[in-house]
Amino acid sequence: MSLTLIVLLPFIGAVLPAIMIRAGRNACATATGSVTLLALILLMAKAPAVLGGEVFQVSYNWLPELGLNVTFFLDGLGLLFATLILGIGLLIIIYARFYLSKDDPMGRFYVFLLLFQGAMVGIVLSDNILLLLVFWELTSLSSFLLIGYWKHLPAGRQGARMALAVTGAGGLAMIAGMLILGDIVGSYNLTVILQHADLIQASPMYLPALILILLGCFTKSAQFPFHFWLPHAMAAPTPVSAYLHSATMVKAGIFLMARMWPVLSGTPEWFYIVATAGLVTMVLGAWIAIFKHDLKGLLAYSTVSHLGLVTMLFGFGTPMAAVAGVFHIINHATFKAALFMTAGIIDHETGTRDIRRFGGLLNLMPIAGTIGIISAASMAGIIPLNGFLSKEMMLEEAWHTVWMDQNWVVPVLATLGAVFSVAYSFRFIFHVWLGKPRDADLPHHPHDPPFGMWAPPAFLTVLVVLIGLFPSVIAGPLVAATSGAVIGGELPEYHLALWHGLTPALGMSVIAIVVGALILMRHNGLLSATANLSRPDAKEMFDCGIAKLVALSRFVSDNLHNGSLQRYLCIMIVAALAIGASGFYAQPDYTPGTRELLDVSPTAAIAWLLLVVTCIASVFMHHNRLLSLLLVGVVGLIVSLGFIYLSAPDLALTQISVEVVTVILMLLALNILPKETPKESLPGRKMRDGIVSIAAGLGIGGAIWAIMTRDLPSSISAYHLANSKTEGGGTNVVNVILVDFRGFDTFGEIIVLGIAALSIFALIETVTQGAAAKRLANWVVDNRRSADRHPMMMVVATRVMLPLSLMVGVYIFLRGHNEPGGGFIAGLVVSVALVMQYMASGFGWTQNRMKVNYHGMIGLGVIAAAITGVSAWVVGLPFLTSGFVHVHLPIVGEFELASAMGFDLGVFLTVVGAVMLALAKLSQVERMAEHVEVNLEPMDHDPSVAVATPEKEA
Amino acid sequence: MEFLVASSIGLLTACGTYLLLRGRTFPVVIGLALLSYAVNVFLFAMGRLTINMPPILREGVTEYTDPLPQALVLTAIVISFGMTALIVVLSIRTFLEIGNDHVDGRPIGEPSEAGDKN
Repeated sequence: MSLTLIVLLPFIGAVLPAIMIRAGRNACATATGSVTLLALILLMAKAPAVLGGEVFQVSYNWLPELGLNVTFFLDGLGLLFATLILGIGLLIIIYARFYLSKDDPMGRFYVFLLLFQGAMVGIVLSDNILLLLVFWELTSLSSFLLIGYWKHLPAGRQGARMALAVTGAGGLAMIAGMLILGDIVGSYNLTVILQHADLIQASPMYLPALILILLGCFTKSAQFPFHFWLPHAMAAPTPVSAYLHSATMVKAGIFLMARMWPVLSGTPEWFYIVATAGLVTMVLGAWIAIFKHDLKGLLAYSTVSHLGLVTMLFGFGTPMAAVAGVFHIINHATFKAALFMTAGIIDHETGTRDIRRFGGLLNLMPIAGTIGIISAASMAGIIPLNGFLSKEMMLEEAWHTVWMDQNWVVPVLATLGAVFSVAYSFRFIFHVWLGKPRDADLPHHPHDPPFGMWAPPAFLTVLVVLIGLFPSVIAGPLVAATSGAVIGGELPEYHLALWHGLTPALGMSVIAIVVGALILMRHNGLLSATANLSRPDAKEMFDCGIAKLVALSRFVSDNLHNGSLQRYLCIMIVAALAIGASGFYAQPDYTPGTRELLDVSPTAAIAWLLLVVTCIASVFMHHNRLLSLLLVGVVGLIVSLGFIYLSAPDLALTQISVEVVTVILMLLALNILPKETPKESLPGRKMRDGIVSIAAGLGIGGAIWAIMTRDLPSSISAYHLANSKTEGGGTNVVNVILVDFRGFDTFGEIIVLGIAALSIFALIETVTQGAAAKRLANWVVDNRRSADRHPMMMVVATRVMLPLSLMVGVYIFLRGHNEPGGGFIAGLVVSVALVMQYMASGFGWTQNRMKVNYHGMIGLGVIAAAITGVSAWVVGLPFLTSGFVHVHLPIVGEFELASAMGFDLGVFLTVVGAVMLALAKLSQVERMAEHVEVNLEPMDHDPSVAVATPEKEA
Repeated sequence: MEFLVASSIGLLTACGTYLLLRGRTFPVVIGLALLSYAVNVFLFAMGRLTINMPPILREGVTEYTDPLPQALVLTAIVISFGMTALIVVLSIRTFLEIGNDHVDGRPIGEPSEAGDKN
């Protein structure tokens, strides 16, 4: 449990600084620090056991179906990294309190920092690789926020973007790699994966998985050729650089290589990719660092170089090299974080970071100077500091490494890297702290910073010295536990000590120090000699690449998404056709179906002929919109006839009533829209569309022909038929399926219908504003109007029919469970009855008498259906389980009163509400366009009034 | 019989698709209606065609048509009405908003070259 708490604490605590900043900066920093301290204490409580070899594990199910569970485990490797993250995090929080100026929003800084901290701890403690990926992406996001913290600085924003693009892209590759890995092993749990080295390395997917995972690691840990983002991320405030870019985030890639070491390493692929990348990065980073005038730039490239060193060590694939790598992680974290903080102090105190302007700062800032010099000496690998120890181990390993059958390549290059490393470290010491002041008027007069600012780096420097002097006492247990976790087996014989005798490594060290010092002495000459060398500018290349990508996406989207519905639809239809046709290539041996076919009756043939004629006519006459609408109505009628002929009475009833409302709706629309479609398609376009449509028609027709000529494989329909009466209490199986077996589907569908109606309401309700309102106000009626808008015959007929048609609606509703009918059909029938009143007697008159709120009706319907479903819970049954009783009513006869009827009532109400709302709102637009007062009288010429008046006169 | 239904579905699809590819809203709406018929009948025909076997349980009757596609198509018909209504209102609203009923990506206000010739 406390393991989960360690991960969650920074996330939960992230709200604290946001609140506490109101109580002042000290309170804010204290709150943030205590969160981290608490997590660190929890971690330390477990440390002794972990150092003793115990592994803590905790697991909660999250999405077990996906293999994604919240599982954490703490072993030596996790302990090392978690300690670094929380320990250095605590120091950074203290340091940042004094570093950030009064104008910087400190609360936000600490919120981002804690989010990042939580994500990092999550990475190193995750036992599930999918969970690990989630945290991995979280670090990319939170580091983006931290790098871009000074959002007024363009460099900060650009650096943040670049870091996000590079690490984010790597993260994507890694997701793919991890999924492959999980697929090979059959589990996403790290502890399981780590047991299956043989399985993974024997798999043909080993190399792709390795490359993808390494892409993630290399981008995160700034390995060549992805190293370029790290120096640009230095635009961040220094505490961020010290924390993310030396101690923690950039080590995430290294952590993962260490974590995966037992299963991925040991192959030639691993060696050549990882060791080579590390070696190149180490040498290249160190070389560039020599020429950086920006203090943080120098440290950034030095970090790149040291990350390369550790990567190379893990790349060697030997247990001994892994021990050296682990040890160097510890050492690098201590001296580099201290150095970054020192650089921040210099920047803070002098107002500049340009090394060329410094010199002799030790006299002005003795405390910071001492810290800086000791840490830099450790970075150079000077005896007796901790940097010396791990560098010796590295050189020793390099000495034994053979690369492409050449035994000199790695030792020489490793020495070269060490030489450069000494050169830039000495530059940091001699050009900054020692010698004469080179620039008398620095922006500020430098002096030592407040205690809170130098204490954190001082603490780390003390560690640098202590680990150097007493390595096995201070770091021994941690190195042993961590290395054990990395190697996953027996630890090799090793000895953490200053003096190993006269070894080749010692010789290489001496060469490095001497040559490095010589390089620094010739620094000016070297600068001018290399000044004219053209060197690739990573930022320019990156920006150029991004610009090209943006241009490409713009080109693609502009051409695909040009605002023409025709183009989108055409692409979709052609794509669907291509996918359908590709099936024939996959299975070329097509055989026609052998199912026995039904005979054609003369009625069916006539109906078919009518359908063909109307369909074709609707295409050729589509320019006359009214005519094409009528033709579509005819098509709908034939479809309804087809349904009833082919044993689907429910469908026929639904289709015919939907047909009525659809035609009315479209007539209303046509009143506003132009009455003609201009002939504007060019012949070429018509030809193209014709070919596409015919192909689509042949495809769909052919598909259904192929289906219908084959027998129906067994389906769940038999179950529905068998259980409709006994389980659902109805004999109309279609209705029972709708309200019972698949009631949840229907529930969703009536909600969709309600939403569609409400969207229509929203679209029309706002028509009274803007351009639309202006057009409506200036509307000129463009078609002929009947002189008698509300003919008496129709008014009387509909009014007489209203009770009858409502009765029919009720009847259809009640019998629906057993005979064709039900909520959908009844709803449509009642809607048609109501619409007829509107049409015959006019909107105003009808609306005055229809005191029903259609919105409310939709809502009521959905609620009624939901309550029916939920009421099943009351008796302990699942949602929408129905019960029923038999009832006998005079006239209607015997029927089952099923609880599903409540559900069907909901369907009924929603359908009526939705249909009426859509039509009523649409007619509102018409009324606005007509500029005629709504009639409050049912008839334009009321015969009763007309007769009454002459009598009076007489 | 199967051939009549299959050819009808194919024809409805072809006509619907052709109208769908026109450059004005109303033909698109009409095309969509035709396509909805095609899709509904297609789904219905998945249960194979039968005559005089409605899925209404009766004493002594053992053979029924497949009720499941019918149930699915029934809701599909109602949903297509909702969709048609929405798209009709959308086309009215855009027509009122921008003053024409083009869906072919012409910039607003620019008359169609071919349209003027009629």
